[in-house]
Amino acid sequence: MRVWKRLLWALLGIAALAMVSYELSQAGVRPVKLVETGLLAMTPLALAAVGECINEKAGVINIGIEGIFLITAVVGVYWAEVFNSGLIGILMGGVFGGLIGAVLGVLSTYGKADQIIAGMGLNVMSLGLVQYLLMAIWAFPGIHIFPRELVVPRLSLPFTELRISPFTLIAVAAAVLATLMLGRTLLGLRIRAAGDKPEAVDVAGINVNHVRILASALGGFLAGVGGAFMPLGWFGGLVKEISAGRGFIALAAVVFAGLNPLLALIASFIFGYAEGVAFTIVVTPGVKEVIPFHFIQMIPYLLTIIILAIFVTFRRFPNALGKPYIRE
Amino acid sequence: MVSKKIRKILYRLAESLLAVGIGFLGGAFLMLLYGYDPITAYRALLTGAFGDISGIYETLSFATPLILTALTFGICVRSGLFNIGAEGQMYMGAIGAVMIGGAMSLPAGIHAATATLFAMLLGGLWSIPVSILKITRNVHEVVSTIMLNWISFWLVTYLITYQLTDPMRAERAVPAQETARYTVIGASLTTIFPVVIAFTLLIYFIVWRTTLGYELRLVGYNPEAARYAGISIPRAVVMSFLLGGLAAGLAGASQVLGRPPSWTVYATLGNLVNLGFEGIGVSLIGRNHPIGIIFAAIFYGGILHGGRFMEFEAGVASELVRAINGIIIVALAIPELLSMVSGVVKRRRGKEVEAG
Repeated sequence: MRVWKRLLWALLGIAALAMVSYELSQAGVRPVKLVETGLLAMTPLALAAVGECINEKAGVINIGIEGIFLITAVVGVYWAEVFNSGLIGILMGGVFGGLIGAVLGVLSTYGKADQIIAGMGLNVMSLGLVQYLLMAIWAFPGIHIFPRELVVPRLSLPFTELRISPFTLIAVAAAVLATLMLGRTLLGLRIRAAGDKPEAVDVAGINVNHVRILASALGGFLAGVGGAFMPLGWFGGLVKEISAGRGFIALAAVVFAGLNPLLALIASFIFGYAEGVAFTIVVTPGVKEVIPFHFIQMIPYLLTIIILAIFVTFRRFPNALGKPYIRE
Repeated sequence: MVSKKIRKILYRLAESLLAVGIGFLGGAFLMLLYGYDPITAYRALLTGAFGDISGIYETLSFATPLILTALTFGICVRSGLFNIGAEGQMYMGAIGAVMIGGAMSLPAGIHAATATLFAMLLGGLWSIPVSILKITRNVHEVVSTIMLNWISFWLVTYLITYQLTDPMRAERAVPAQETARYTVIGASLTTIFPVVIAFTLLIYFIVWRTTLGYELRLVGYNPEAARYAGISIPRAVVMSFLLGGLAAGLAGASQVLGRPPSWTVYATLGNLVNLGFEGIGVSLIGRNHPIGIIFAAIFYGGILHGGRFMEFEAGVASELVRAINGIIIVALAIPELLSMVSGVVKRRRGKEVEAG
């Protein structure tokens, strides 16, 4: 499916969200608040989705984004407390995410690992690891609250009432840079070729495995920034199920985008905004009495399924996606 | 060739043992990192799990749902599908068991059976959207099952909170009535364990000894050949998700109708959460084979139960066991792990011989 068609669908989605926002504003919710929440919820999704676009272009599926989110959320908070700086925490989250991405890259190239199983292993591991680390580091089960000052402050956008996180801007920049990198640079060409026609990369004298590991590390880095952003840029606390399936929602955004980073950004905004709307409805008087919040909580997940059902059949993914490159 | 078959089984077993070893090494590394003593911890874990008869009863009780959620994954792997929807299907099964076993009164005998079957039915039904999305829209089952897991989580917590609440204790659903409970054998092991074993053997029979099973496995092994042989791939997809869903539904029932002391589910689903995901590891350790899965589940049930002793005696959070499971899964994703390791060992030995 052409990019403009996906864009059209995205605009339809945004129009629908605008209508819901209008209804909510009639009920007394400030639209600025909705957009702010939406942008916060977009940020981790967009970072991870842009990263996943890069590593899937190179032929490596990382289904373990959820696991990277969980682990880097803990790692990020730990280092933020050590250095007393939320920024350093998020950066360390990125570094750890990059390391995990690189390990997955090595396993799925030199190790010829089944990428889906390895990714699920990472997810299962993170479920236990997060709880273990919470006990081992802070000796308290399931939850950790850190000093409010560690949360990276939001910036006021000039001429508006909006206050947005610098990491939202970084996510947007990452999407633009990734598009340029993939489309206009030699490295981008090699990444795309490693996913689509690895033989060509090999014949050109470049190690396919190295390109893939690099792309996987890059994808892991961005997911790691997103994971550490959740406690340090958004929630201001750490709970054991902090990512709540967002890693998989990011994967869905990637499918919607057909591996185009800019479309992945837009899809993340739609998912994030829907989540923000769900959050807001839950606390809006007059609504919460009518619909139990359990049903509102389902919205992002239902939306993901619907979007996948519409878009997945039109995808054209790289030929060698998910397959280790074996020289003949 | 019997000896060839045995050799193959031994090789598989060696691969699993190696992966388990790597998992435990990884766990030991994590313990050392935070100043715990891995030897004390692992000793407590093993003696807690297998040291005495009540420990073994508990271990088997922990293994019961894991056998089933592992089957959910294992059956689908045989037809080339990655079904990680056991979690959500198990929630549906548990609430199904509560609906019949807790909220309805039936004569003893048929009560437990009806509740069990209804639970399996709900689990199976929850797998239908996955098949439809897969067949008609080519939606990858990993993402759709995860989304359905969350939807099921919120649906079931809603039902517990608003519709099926225990009038005595608001934080949980109505417990299964006496007539719907399976008989306690010892500790928290009930007669649902033999039922589960029988179900597993039935699945083995279906998948390995019937035409349907042959079709499922052929679709997984070589979809092109299957299509050429005139096998309906959509039918195989629906059937393997459905069988998986039935197994997961039974897993949910086993936690309500066959697990003292609570005989119910809590609004947080605390006694169910993660059993579905852990099944993935169990299935892989058991090489996605029903018989292997039974042994793998007993092993993993043992370390889950023993994990609590690890927490008492060495202070290590019992959730570490889950991290170990994840490491085992990653290790098992690498197909040539054993030959790589034995290659290194052989090279080492070769050098030693030269040096000597």
